[in-house]
Amino acid sequence: MRYLPLSDEDRAQMLAVIGAKSIDDLYVDVPREAVLKAPVALPAHQSEMEVERLMKPLASCNIPAGKTAFFLGAGAYRHHVPASVDHLIQRSEFLTTYTPYQPEIAQGTLQALYEFQTQVALLLDMEVANASMYDGSTGLHEAAMMASRVTKRSRVVLSGGVHPHYAETVRTACEAHGLEIVTLPAAIDDEAAVLRAMDANTAAVIVQSPNVFGTITDLKPIVAGANAAGALMIASFTEAMAFGLIEPPGAMGADIVVGEGQSIGNALNFGGPYVGLFATKEKYLRQSPGRLAGETVDADGKRGFVLTLSTREQHIRREKATSNICTNSGLCTLAWTIHMTLLGAEGLKRVATLNHENACDLADALAEVPGVEVLTPRFFNEFAIRLPKRADIVLDALMGKGIVGGVPFSRLNPREGLENVLLVCATETNTPEDLNAYAAALKDILQ
Amino acid sequence: MTATVSGNHGLQQAEGLLFDFASLKRTGVDMPAPRGRPDRLGGLGRKVAPPLPGLSEPEAVRHYVRLSQKNYAIDLGLFPLGSCTMKHNPRLNERMARLEGFADLHPLQPMQTVQGALLLMEELSRWLMTLTGMEAVALSPKAGAHGELCGMLAIRAALIARGEGETRKRVLVPESAHGTNPATAAACGFIVDEIHATDDGHVDIEDLKKKLGPDVAGIMLTNPNTCGLFERDIRTIADLIHGAGGYFYCDGANYNAIVGRVRPGDLGVDAMHINLHKTFSTPHGGGGPGAGPTVLSEALAPFAPVPLITLHGENRELIEHSEGTQAFGRMCAFHGQMGMFTRALTYMMSHGSDGLRQVAEDAVLNANYLLARLKLHFSAPFGERPCMHEVLLDDSSIKPKGVETIDMAKALLDEGYHPFTTYFPLVVHGAMLIEPTETEPKRELDRFADVMIALAERVKAGEVEFFKQAPKLTPMRRLDDTRAARQPKLRWRRGENSGAAAKHAAE
Repeated sequence: MRYLPLSDEDRAQMLAVIGAKSIDDLYVDVPREAVLKAPVALPAHQSEMEVERLMKPLASCNIPAGKTAFFLGAGAYRHHVPASVDHLIQRSEFLTTYTPYQPEIAQGTLQALYEFQTQVALLLDMEVANASMYDGSTGLHEAAMMASRVTKRSRVVLSGGVHPHYAETVRTACEAHGLEIVTLPAAIDDEAAVLRAMDANTAAVIVQSPNVFGTITDLKPIVAGANAAGALMIASFTEAMAFGLIEPPGAMGADIVVGEGQSIGNALNFGGPYVGLFATKEKYLRQSPGRLAGETVDADGKRGFVLTLSTREQHIRREKATSNICTNSGLCTLAWTIHMTLLGAEGLKRVATLNHENACDLADALAEVPGVEVLTPRFFNEFAIRLPKRADIVLDALMGKGIVGGVPFSRLNPREGLENVLLVCATETNTPEDLNAYAAALKDILQ
Repeated sequence: MTATVSGNHGLQQAEGLLFDFASLKRTGVDMPAPRGRPDRLGGLGRKVAPPLPGLSEPEAVRHYVRLSQKNYAIDLGLFPLGSCTMKHNPRLNERMARLEGFADLHPLQPMQTVQGALLLMEELSRWLMTLTGMEAVALSPKAGAHGELCGMLAIRAALIARGEGETRKRVLVPESAHGTNPATAAACGFIVDEIHATDDGHVDIEDLKKKLGPDVAGIMLTNPNTCGLFERDIRTIADLIHGAGGYFYCDGANYNAIVGRVRPGDLGVDAMHINLHKTFSTPHGGGGPGAGPTVLSEALAPFAPVPLITLHGENRELIEHSEGTQAFGRMCAFHGQMGMFTRALTYMMSHGSDGLRQVAEDAVLNANYLLARLKLHFSAPFGERPCMHEVLLDDSSIKPKGVETIDMAKALLDEGYHPFTTYFPLVVHGAMLIEPTETEPKRELDRFADVMIALAERVKAGEVEFFKQAPKLTPMRRLDDTRAARQPKLRWRRGENSGAAAKHAAE
């Protein structure tokens, strides 16, 4: 077995040193009837070549995004990631290390996290950011629980623009925690509806911008309304690249900003691993979840970095911890920070602009198709359209023409009767030919 | 260390913060120029550009390569961090995860375009269920602690279905447990009640019996436990908790010791998360991403969260909504850590059922070998019996000389090792928890044992200052944790850059 270095001779020598007759002697504490006498009924070990022969056909059963004209967003985005990002994150010293418990031999990871936290704070225009959560959706349930700790209230209101899978993730975790979760009906352009659903026990309102329909919202009035009633305003997002072009939630006063960072540095990966971005105001820091890297000095007075404020965390506080989270999204944060460093403000603005221009061009082209209505009033790189028939049926027909045309809203939320609504996204990876082909195919199908 | 003009020390390059030298004007990504057209941002465009500095590709590559050289890694040497299972990460797994047919798939693509991905998830599920002897598996939890949450939410849902959601609120947790266990129970609205450990490192059955009652929801137990021991009374514990109407959550962090040799399903377990990044060797990546699929017993299987995979004629489909099912809800936006599923399945197929059994045996053998060599020189609180895959030592034999666990750890840094886990489990004072894993050859174990023994000799010789000054040879000396916590500085801010950086910023 190529991954196991001990030889039978080694094993015999080692057993002799231990003073055991066989390996079974080392499992004496296992109830005898629970010891398996033979390997379980699964295939035996295989060479690299054989494993590749099994895995590759599985991969080729799928149609990768890059092989089609591709227009899916709704929480995961296909962007170009520079080749150097994947090369750098595969360096042994990043890939095969762990949580920096020994900072003297982990400054690479710690400094990268500190730079990541700074970049996230700058992108979102927030005071502080943590070292990441598992993804945007789990970060959002942590934010809801955090708001409850800060305000000592137990009700959280989610707008109808929050991604339905995020809303369900929040409901699942928070209801068990004893919070009341109110999710408003789907609405393309009414994030402020959360203010009308508040009461005196509301810990936070959660809005999303751009929301699941792509709509961008001015958050200032929502922050003002929420804060005036003693609630926190949590701004969620699923497309981090948007903030290269649109006003970030921090600049509009949001108390907690949390969302998905996948679109920077990370591949689609069929949904994971991704990287949750989490930022807040300094005054709420001690109630915040997740790992934090901080600056300090070493015994010689040199600047260095450590994990800090861990008295919030489970390994110290146990059942009184701010979260049960034990890791962050390490390697995905590294990919994020490397991609962001390569982009810089200039590159970020340019790629964000290309996304917006492609989305605008696509919206214009689709609006020309008879029977199609663009529903989203203001957007970054995704928008919703209403079709004259069921979106899933149209999507199937588009597939037949090599076009993956979007996500039917009813796949995310079948309860709203919005079967004709399709969520469409364009990024910098779409060519003008892609956009034209989409409009032409749709026209053809709807005729 | 000798001072140099550059600040470099041979191969070890000094490297400042990105913000000290990167420029707001520079980018390492070439993109076509925007065409320039009216926007549809509705007046909500960004007013002030984010002051994010950039680097050209050669500069960026150097920055991160230089940073990487300040890290220790399993590829560099033994990484015996107890309870973390730092084993070799086969590179075939990386190659498979990057196949376009897996990596370039969107989670919401039409189902007919992702049949291979669903088949892979099904195959991974089959391996996990067969190895653990359990009825079902929820793949979506994103890390071990997230898997704990999944298991405890399944228990909560089962209790609610029985009409006992309001009455059974107490969860028993041994005091030796990982901190995530009590934190998870609390997150699910349960009250945590600690169970004592016996003097020989096991769950105190008498204390457990006293704490059982009609308000008990279940127990969260790590097995093999955090003292590195197999809970020999585990069947009794399972019977007791089931007899009292509760469920048995097993923390699978230490599954590497028993994979292929013992099935948790045969021990009476109702739910257990599996850290794919430990037992099945998906890379730890400096602290994630992990993956925590959670296996469930027949009693809990109906409550598994969405998404679930189902067969629809010839095709596999995802059930993505819990309406009309008993699913307790959803753990995250999509289907879990697909990138980790690919790696873990590759690892499993490489080892096969025979190889995985050998993994457990060699992991246990390596740990016992270290125990045999080290217990003559250090206090090994439970060293009279064989351990599982990790060795628990403590500092009681060196502390009277003035050297503690932390000092021993820091001395190991100078010797070129990542130390063991320090001060955990909490039930042993000054714990040193050593997990070598099965991917260490005997030669490396002997070398490490020789170093540990030599350090013990230096303690005996009274060289206290040597330990207190360590490390001296690492890129950084001991760092001031107190200062970091008292005056938190969690980000760089504009204006704090050095003179050279200000010059760059003014470009």
